[in-house]
Amino acid sequence: MSWDWEFALEVLPELLSAFLRVTLVVTVVGSVTAAVLGLVWAIGLRSLPPVPARALTWVLDFIRMTPLPVQLLFLYYAVPALSPLQVGIIIIGIHYSTYMAESYRAGIESIPKGQWEAATALSLPTARTWRAVILPQALRATIPSLGNWAIAMFKDTPFLIFIAAPEMVSIARNIGGNTFRYVEPFTIAGLIFLAASYPTAILMRKLENRLAY
Amino acid sequence: MRDFIDAFVGAAPQLWDGTVTTLILSLGGAALAFVIACVLGLAAISRFVVVRTIVRVIVEFFRGTSLVVQMFFLFFVFPMWGIEWDPYTTGIVALGLNYGAYGSEVVRGSLNAVPKGQWETTTALSMSWPLKIRRVIWPQAWALMIPGFNNLLIMLIKGSALAGFIFLQDLTFVTEQLRRTLDTFTAFGLGLVIYFLISLICSYILRWMELRAQRRLGLKEARKPRTDKALGGAVA
Repeated sequence: MSWDWEFALEVLPELLSAFLRVTLVVTVVGSVTAAVLGLVWAIGLRSLPPVPARALTWVLDFIRMTPLPVQLLFLYYAVPALSPLQVGIIIIGIHYSTYMAESYRAGIESIPKGQWEAATALSLPTARTWRAVILPQALRATIPSLGNWAIAMFKDTPFLIFIAAPEMVSIARNIGGNTFRYVEPFTIAGLIFLAASYPTAILMRKLENRLAY
Repeated sequence: MRDFIDAFVGAAPQLWDGTVTTLILSLGGAALAFVIACVLGLAAISRFVVVRTIVRVIVEFFRGTSLVVQMFFLFFVFPMWGIEWDPYTTGIVALGLNYGAYGSEVVRGSLNAVPKGQWETTTALSMSWPLKIRRVIWPQAWALMIPGFNNLLIMLIKGSALAGFIFLQDLTFVTEQLRRTLDTFTAFGLGLVIYFLISLICSYILRWMELRAQRRLGLKEARKPRTDKALGGAVA
């Protein structure tokens, strides 16, 4: 089956609108959610007493090691009041927060012990130590890695097809199912992903080099 | 409790079939991904610019276009071009290509991380290319690449959950079916725990392989902490 430009141009607006309204929204809101939650987990892992910290590690491992689709379906059926889009944002946000927590952890662990000791010597309160001393330094090393996870998350948004969210790849599949032309919709969807993720990945690599000490 | 046990026993055959399908896809995909990763990874450090450029394009293409799109492309578009595979082959090829591309970056990074002196020594001893890779470079790079492979293997297992969309009855599919006979929490609880166990066992096996590789290099004590750069780099 050959490529039909007319058909491609016909389906492009629909795919782009699904991309902007669902894929991009889930990625942006999901990334912010994951970045905030990830930081909470990372600080929790460091500040909690050993037993709760260990429990938190297991919970994070569990979320990280089980598939996104099963988690999506679970919340989708367990809480029927949520819309597919809300389920998608919540689950993708939580799923990737467990990965981002690892990035934060690595960043926090890279801070020399002397910084903590200096904060203690100056008798800074714990909250202020985190806010003014540790995090500004740790985040510098963490940001490019968070960006990479956001890109990975972006490429996982098509999993929303499991809960019938009107996401770009589901739309492409529906178009294919209705018209029996799959080539154009899937090619366009793939190219849109490539066009959005590749430049961002390069940007992150540049940022990584710039922020490196 | 009795009801639960009865329901579980009733569901066990289905769960088992689903688990087997998931395992076939994951292990088949992982085997293919490993081969692709090694070939592309070695080609990525080739002396020839042309080879390196071709590898770059292949890798960026498969990393950039999302697994879901690739699997659908293989499943829906390829038959229209007269290339028809059974769903298992389609799933394994899609997983293998996608994670093979990610894996090649792990291989490339690890080969580059082998100290330069090792490469120079093999040249000084005028070892042939296969000999120096096999006897000197690979064993050292191998220990470095296993943590990266470990992360990717877990992601691959999770990616296999897509199988339901190419008409395979994998563990995710079975879990969703069970929701109708058991309740939502039990069905998904069982599904998630089985996935977790599969991932955990695979991850322990790879960690054991990593330790073994380090021991063979005499590095057992000096276990490097998992750096996030390797993790993030494998994903971007």
